[in-house]
Amino acid sequence: MSESSTKPALPTVRDAHGNTRSVATLFELSRTGRQGVTLPPLDEGADETALMQSILPEGWQRKRPARLPEVSQLEMIRHYVNLSQLNHSIDNNFYPLGSCSMKYNPKICDWVGNQPAFNLVHPEVPQALAQGTLGALYTLQAYLKDLTGFCAVSLQPAAGAHGELAGMMMIRAYHQRQGNTARTEVLVPDSAHGTNPASAAMCGFDVVEIKSNERGLVDLNALRAALSDRTAAIMLTNPNTVGLFEEDILSITQMVHEAGGLCYYDGANLNAIMGRAKVAHMGFDVMHLNTHKTFATPHGGGGPGSGPVAANEKLEPFLPKPTVEQRPDGTYWLNHDRPDALGQLKLFYGNTEVLLRALAYLVCYGGDGLREVSEKAVLNANYLKARLKETYHEPFTQTCMHEFILTSRHQRADNKDINTMALAKRLMDYGFHPPTVYFPLIIPEIMMIEPTETESKETLDRFVQAMVQIADEAKTQPDLVLDAPHTTPVKRVDEVAAVKQLDLNYFANHAQGAGN
Amino acid sequence: MLDTIGVDSIDALFSAIPPQLQGLCQFDVMPASGLDELGLQQFFKQFTEANLAHHYDCFVGGGAYNRFVPPAVNHIASRSEFYTAYTPYQPEVSQGTLQMIYEFQTMVSELVGLDVTNASVYDGASAFSESAVMAVRIAKKRHTLLVSKTVNPHYRAVLDTYTGVLDHINVVPVDLTADLEAQCCAVGVPPNQVAAVLVQLPNYLGFLEDQAMVTAFCKAHGALKVAAVDPVALGVMAAPGKSEANPDGADIVCGELQQFGNYVNFGGPYGGFVSTSMAHVRQLPGRLVGCSKDRTGKRAYTLTMQTREQHIRRAKATSNICTNQSLNILKASAYLSLVGPSGLKHLALLSAQRAHRLADQLCRMTGVSLMSAAPYLNEFTLILPVAAQAVVESMVASHGLVPGIPLSRYESYFPNQPHALVVAVTEMNTPESLDRYVYALHHALTQLGAQPGPEPRMPAPAAPGLPKSVMSRSVPSPHVPNHKGVVQHV
Repeated sequence: MSESSTKPALPTVRDAHGNTRSVATLFELSRTGRQGVTLPPLDEGADETALMQSILPEGWQRKRPARLPEVSQLEMIRHYVNLSQLNHSIDNNFYPLGSCSMKYNPKICDWVGNQPAFNLVHPEVPQALAQGTLGALYTLQAYLKDLTGFCAVSLQPAAGAHGELAGMMMIRAYHQRQGNTARTEVLVPDSAHGTNPASAAMCGFDVVEIKSNERGLVDLNALRAALSDRTAAIMLTNPNTVGLFEEDILSITQMVHEAGGLCYYDGANLNAIMGRAKVAHMGFDVMHLNTHKTFATPHGGGGPGSGPVAANEKLEPFLPKPTVEQRPDGTYWLNHDRPDALGQLKLFYGNTEVLLRALAYLVCYGGDGLREVSEKAVLNANYLKARLKETYHEPFTQTCMHEFILTSRHQRADNKDINTMALAKRLMDYGFHPPTVYFPLIIPEIMMIEPTETESKETLDRFVQAMVQIADEAKTQPDLVLDAPHTTPVKRVDEVAAVKQLDLNYFANHAQGAGN
Repeated sequence: MLDTIGVDSIDALFSAIPPQLQGLCQFDVMPASGLDELGLQQFFKQFTEANLAHHYDCFVGGGAYNRFVPPAVNHIASRSEFYTAYTPYQPEVSQGTLQMIYEFQTMVSELVGLDVTNASVYDGASAFSESAVMAVRIAKKRHTLLVSKTVNPHYRAVLDTYTGVLDHINVVPVDLTADLEAQCCAVGVPPNQVAAVLVQLPNYLGFLEDQAMVTAFCKAHGALKVAAVDPVALGVMAAPGKSEANPDGADIVCGELQQFGNYVNFGGPYGGFVSTSMAHVRQLPGRLVGCSKDRTGKRAYTLTMQTREQHIRRAKATSNICTNQSLNILKASAYLSLVGPSGLKHLALLSAQRAHRLADQLCRMTGVSLMSAAPYLNEFTLILPVAAQAVVESMVASHGLVPGIPLSRYESYFPNQPHALVVAVTEMNTPESLDRYVYALHHALTQLGAQPGPEPRMPAPAAPGLPKSVMSRSVPSPHVPNHKGVVQHV
């Protein structure tokens, strides 16, 4: 079991008593013959080997079993419980990760998502047997239309970037339908999420970057200069990724439309404006919503998500199919018969369980409640910003929306070794997850902070206290900051070595193999 | 808080939003006030009670399968620390998720017999499409993809959508049982312009098609092979990936992991994966977790090779994908560590045993046969003497049993197959339910005017029995409350 001294030591967890325990991989825990679940025997006392011979020709048969873990149920449970304790999560503590809307999701939404009557419905059963799910999805479509001001919604995309892909495909289909194949350029602000240019490129568009002005907003002159009869669309987040509402949004969408382009709205930051502005009213033609950010879903360590796409009359015919519709008798059906639809983007219909959680969230809050969600999110962000601006450099001074940016410029002026990454890592020692760092790319040494509406003033004050103290440490005990984190299960991880000596598979890189 | 900010009202914080936008922002459909938690539970009852599928014996597959989910899987997946964490961008506070993904990558790579597996994409269909586009990138100047006509129609539909916007990629559907060179020439594509041949093992119809022609074609013309696989089948099926031991294997293997610990959930969320060799790792889409060290030399995990990804490479990324399916692959990993290699093999065999028993019994009826003589595991396609759609309707209405997917549902991908029915069996379908299936099909065929032969023994009724009230009641229609809280149709 013990590895030779030349091998790196196994990571440890600190248990409730402050003791450390090793966390070996499942492959190191594995012992031949153990199994974590009992299963029914083959029918009629059949023999596995004989059955195998009778159903599968020799050439198709597996000769070497996969080296999957062989562990007892207790070992499996302990393994994953111990692993879980190495994670920071919303249910542990504050998680001010900008642009990710790491809010607390009411557990009642999980209760909805976990109903067996929803979970056990196979997507290929006759639709008469799935009327409840279809009815819930239809209701969600209606609410999302109401929330955004658009006339149609498709729930199919599996995540935000998938929704972007759908939207850009719809824009492409629209221009082609108009007989306009020369519109090959998509304008994207330099502050945009990386998925925006990547989604445009996946649709075969050329990406043209638009500079931001000194106030952190789209530079109208740069936009005007970039518009041409090659312009297919602009992709915008509003509020943008530095947390500012594009005040000139109506002029921006008008300019793009006058040039013959369409306007795509990236819904990643919708948490700022619910009940205050509808996206369709800003002049956008199509958008996606990140239901897993704005509404409820566990973020799950990076997914699943869901990225419904909403559109106006112009783009509605191109929405991915199927959509959920209602017959005059009140029953629901999946409409595949949409000739101009861009097709299917995912297996079956959408991430249904995630969508049900989103509906639960909307019903839980109601329209007034959603407006309050955005108000509180914006209030919390501005409060944090006001309290931190004395200590940290604030590139943009105007009122922010649901998130804001700071930099480590002041701290770097005192000690050029200090950088934003070091400050972020030091925050971990105070029990907080760091903000998003080094994004957007337009401001050096940036940190993007999004507190969300679910945090109390007391939590925000504790965060301020930590941030102020870290600024002080950077001045007085810089090594404490530069070597951070100190209290996490592992110390600063060597990401360069991870790329240079790629180790993506246990068996390919750890020759001793399983513990047998 | 407003004092600290230096404004006198919440409205002042929203002054950047043009007043005309704010004036227009009212909700007409959504109720103004939210529901309390008890009220919310009651609200959702109208939907859960209108779903009937879970009361039926279900023999439906086609890319998603009702399988046993050991309770320990959801116990682990509901741990707050996994459940409410985000993408592990900060490795020092995300080792749990990172190590879980690293172990997942290893387990799937073992199953498929390749070096490396990504940290998941949306589902099997997106994995298939991403694999196809990846193959074109690897093959550089070649732009044609040959896709087997027997691949899951959802996978083919998504591939068509993804490649439909990429003018340089040409997708040609092919029949794997006929000469591939001839099929290329028929559409004017020289075989040496083919980037990859895309197949599914077993195919959508449940059968394992002979791969000799594909292998010979790939060898002769330097094309890559991409295989979508059923991961449970890998418990008994030879690893499909190319290796020293299997030089004729696939260069890229992809698939859908729903069957490992995830419910069918009316289509999602599931989890797709893409596996390949280290030679092609730089072309993989999606996240990858690597094992490295921390500054004290301890083993530590981190996201790696991020220069392939959109948040670094932007328009030049290998894919636009960002969100993965971490929670779903946590379920898959927990599932695989519970069943282990023997359990996976056992479940594959048990499902196949029941599928073969069912197929044998059904094929004793006059006019009922298997569509192919090729080997199959837990899924097969029947040819019936009457329209499959009518049979499904009859068996659903009279027997509380969903017997499969009529192939005519995917007419555009499987034309002229009105009598074909795709049937899936898993360990969830009991031996008694197989007897009910045989009886019900005989009954349905007779009702529809066929003469299936001697009547099978009347089976025991389903226990605890489908409630009469469920069978007889008309389909209820849920309502949407309006903003005054009054229930109305929308």
